[in-house]
Amino acid sequence: MGSVSPGFTGRRRGGKDLPPGQYLTHDFPVLSAGPTPHILPEHWEFTVTTETGGVSRWDWAAFMALPSEDITKDLHCVTRWSKLGTDWRGVSLDTLLADVETGADYAMAHSYGGYTTNLPLEDLVDGQAWVAYEYDGEPLHPEHGGPARLLVPHLYLWKSAKWVRGLVLSDTEDLGFWETAGYHEYGDPWKEQRYAGD
Amino acid sequence: MTADEPTYLDGNAAAGAMREVFAVDITAATGQCAGCGDRGAFAEARLYVDAPGMVARCRRCDDVMVRVVSTPDSTYLDFRGLTYLRIRTPTT
Amino acid sequence: MERTAIRRRLTWQTGTVTEVREETSTARTIALDVPDWPGHLAGQHLDVRLTAPDGYRASRSYSIASAWTGAGIELTVEQVPDGEVSPYLVDVLKVGDPLEIRGPVGGWFVWKPEQPGPVQLIGGGSGVVPLMAMLRAHSAAASTAPARLLYSVRRPASVIYVSDLKDVAMSEEVAITFAYTREAPPGESREPKRIDAELLKSVAFQPGDEPTTYVCGPTPFVETVADLLVAAGHDPARVRTERFGPTGGPR
Repeated sequence: MGSVSPGFTGRRRGGKDLPPGQYLTHDFPVLSAGPTPHILPEHWEFTVTTETGGVSRWDWAAFMALPSEDITKDLHCVTRWSKLGTDWRGVSLDTLLADVETGADYAMAHSYGGYTTNLPLEDLVDGQAWVAYEYDGEPLHPEHGGPARLLVPHLYLWKSAKWVRGLVLSDTEDLGFWETAGYHEYGDPWKEQRYAGD
Repeated sequence: MTADEPTYLDGNAAAGAMREVFAVDITAATGQCAGCGDRGAFAEARLYVDAPGMVARCRRCDDVMVRVVSTPDSTYLDFRGLTYLRIRTPTT
Repeated sequence: MERTAIRRRLTWQTGTVTEVREETSTARTIALDVPDWPGHLAGQHLDVRLTAPDGYRASRSYSIASAWTGAGIELTVEQVPDGEVSPYLVDVLKVGDPLEIRGPVGGWFVWKPEQPGPVQLIGGGSGVVPLMAMLRAHSAAASTAPARLLYSVRRPASVIYVSDLKDVAMSEEVAITFAYTREAPPGESREPKRIDAELLKSVAFQPGDEPTTYVCGPTPFVETVADLLVAAGHDPARVRTERFGPTGGPR
């Protein structure tokens, strides 16, 4: 099997700025595994729950009062598109986790709508991750995860949970929505960690 | 496409991926949603395909009924969201 | 003795393009010879898989346009702007080329000649493709079931199957109505607009006729029409839908 289709090249793949197996896109594809939640900022909150059950909570006003920063990063989606130099504004996870007492190694991000994804806590600190609320100078649109989404651009984009509502910290590694269905538990695009076992 | 247009397809669209694994057509089978108890043909579920895998959700309560992920060497199936799937078998 | 039919998983097989026909400026019908094709029901679809020289692959689902008559199958493909598979199928693929397919699949959005009752077909744009397969099956079986097609299309030049539709409309059992959404031909009394409750009331079978209704088109089109049908009193269990997305199918 596997006959080549004469004259078919597919989307142009590769390039020096792209991880293996990715193609460059200039639009911003919308991926969704369910209906888009429409969460009004006044109904939004973000919580961090530690392994001992302690909860830190921010409503929209408290979240917006935190120091924020501009972020320019490349995005790599496991469905093989990459978008370079995207502009965001958000609050660093370093800021959100500054007063959280924890010895946990892992975090599970939870979203409005039920989505989950797991990350090592060390990938969320030291300037590697944000809760972003603006894209390209505009409030983040619901189809891209607004009012706020996780942004962890050094991992495949499924780790950057849209409509994020909180983190649950844990000593043990549990797996999230895609990670329990065959996707890699870590998801480094430069090592092409797409599927479990890659 | 504007943001609020629905993006899902019908469960029908999973037929090809399912027939790669199963010897029978699953999309015409009747299933019950484990979330709300709604019964209907799998083909009537709402199927989201613009994602890392296929996600079939209940047309009534939007709960996840089935997930299908195809990797280069495997197919992962998660049917936890279905109480059952009734597949009619020929009576010969 | 084993009497049950052998049922097995479907695998990819290679067909050969025997003919290509322009339907509109953006849509094309592709006829294939597939050596091991098991036959199909009107309304079923198949998956097409393309492979680049470096092994990169892309696949999409397409409805089968032809009724099964024992020789070959036809697909009709509408080019999706910025698409990856449809531009190849519409512009590059030529007679004699191989094409990998997997099918037929889908046992729900199908019409069988032995099925009782009238059949109402409602298509938007290239959503007419599986409905055309149903009309062709209806004709091939010389079915006496009353059949109506309501075809929503932007303008006269966008109509797929112009001559085939004229042929099937010759039958006393078949009625075809066009709903132009952007530009109507001269003499058309209805101004260009989308399908609405009034149009359904005047040209479609009513709930009391107990039709089976098949609706196919882009997701927002199907959503609107299905809602109108249910609001008009149609039993949701008798309304079968096939939505397709901007990519023309699953990735």
